[in-house]
Amino acid sequence: MKTNVPKSLHSRIAAHVRDIPRSGIRDFFDIVSSRDDVISLGVGEPDFMTPWHIREAAISALEQGLTSYTSNLGLLSLRKEISCYIAGLTGTEYNPETEVLVAVGVSEAMDLAIRALVEPGDEVLYHEPCYVSYNPVITFAHGVPVAVETTAENDFKLTRAQLETKVTDKTKLLILNFPTNPTGAVLSREETEEIAQFAIDHDLIVLTDEIYGELSYDVKHSSILEIPGMKERTIYLHGFSKAWAMTGFRLGFSCAPPELTEAMMKIHQYTMLCAPILSQRAALEALKNPAEDIAEMRESYAVRRNYMHSAFCEMGVDCFMPGGAFYMFPSIDKFGMSSYDFAMKLLEEENVAVVPGTAFGSCGEGSIRCCYATALDDLKEAMPRIARFVSRLT
Amino acid sequence: MDELLKLLKNNAKESPENLAKLLGLTAEEVTGQIESYENDGIIQGYQAVINEDKLDGAPVTAAIEVRLTAEREGGFNRIAERISRFPEVRSAFLMSGGYDLLLFVSGKNLNEVASFVSEKLSTMDGVVGTGTHFMLKTYKRNDVLMHIPDENERPQISP
Repeated sequence: MKTNVPKSLHSRIAAHVRDIPRSGIRDFFDIVSSRDDVISLGVGEPDFMTPWHIREAAISALEQGLTSYTSNLGLLSLRKEISCYIAGLTGTEYNPETEVLVAVGVSEAMDLAIRALVEPGDEVLYHEPCYVSYNPVITFAHGVPVAVETTAENDFKLTRAQLETKVTDKTKLLILNFPTNPTGAVLSREETEEIAQFAIDHDLIVLTDEIYGELSYDVKHSSILEIPGMKERTIYLHGFSKAWAMTGFRLGFSCAPPELTEAMMKIHQYTMLCAPILSQRAALEALKNPAEDIAEMRESYAVRRNYMHSAFCEMGVDCFMPGGAFYMFPSIDKFGMSSYDFAMKLLEEENVAVVPGTAFGSCGEGSIRCCYATALDDLKEAMPRIARFVSRLT
Repeated sequence: MDELLKLLKNNAKESPENLAKLLGLTAEEVTGQIESYENDGIIQGYQAVINEDKLDGAPVTAAIEVRLTAEREGGFNRIAERISRFPEVRSAFLMSGGYDLLLFVSGKNLNEVASFVSEKLSTMDGVVGTGTHFMLKTYKRNDVLMHIPDENERPQISP
């Protein structure tokens, strides 16, 4: 029998997938995992466990034998609760029958939205530093990612003026994520209005990832949905991971006009079928008394935010005071080394893990991301270690 | 509850300097606030949460339901306060329902608790009846889970 030597497997990988660099966060993860006794400020999730009543609801669902598929869009009872919750949060009414889609995390919903909208060559605007998936997911859909750089000098806000320099007649979509991972940036109602007007003037669809919407510390978060004329052109993404500490349940959702929801559903039904029913039942319980669960965690993050910020100030590290989410993005620029080298040296010398800013886009160079949704005891150990490290650099 | 009280309830040993950083106050402001809580009797004391099951010669504790006769003047207060003064009584609560007072009573061993009930408690004027339930194991005390290991395999770096 004749055996052919296969062509290199690498060369067979689709070019647009092959050419995406391996995530810097994964390389760093491998190194951190190989060490013992690391205090990690590198996570992107709450240190809280999911509130017990929610976990208990998931257990009870399993006991009842709820192990089937659900409707592609998700349990109608859950979509009704989501619709009700979002109406309370943003003042915007969505029809649970046609405008709400339950997905496997905001990550899946983001992918669905981009794939449903982007055609080869379409440009997608998003602000950087940003969550790690935006750029690759646009690329997977053969779109062109167009990053708008935000800076600490401007509190990592996105402005119309910045957007105007990047918009072209090929721009189709604008991705927003306020409060922002990794910077903790927030926008005021006025600033959001300015961006809404930009989207209207250029006739763009807005994809707003508001997973940190509840975690705003100084003023209540104002969604772009609240601005008249935006519901019609917005896909609103939200989920249970952050505010309810339910990352492992993998449950998010989108709210969007029926045509867009239907288009996203087409992809979802063939690729995912539906979100896991146990997670959906847990989410149903989460929406029963959300204010109480969330307030407790938010208050706790708020004090840790103060603690981390004053620690950075004391050690003379410039640090924007984040208005939301649970990350701090201090500048390490003045120490004359790259974010990656800083993070690596900090890990080697003091066993504290942070994420190099470049994981969130090239303009994250010169910063590191530190998560303050970390147990207070760990923060109290980690911050003096960072201070010791920094004092040796100056 | 005030954020400072929550932090102290969670960890009474937290230093004023750390509390100040957490709350965005100065250490002096924190110390002043704690003093006024102490003066107002809002903070009554500071205690360690001990997992007594782990001690050699762990004390025996019983929950004791006590039925009382109320008095015209002061209702249950006089008798309840008298009972509370016994050092064996670690906590005492006036309850609604089938009995009046719920006590948590500790002793070196079963006999010591039993003799407290039969000789001191039951013989008091105003005590109509008692029901004693010995505690076998503590799963949770003062918000702290005991015996339950925390096995979390959370990744140390995630996006």
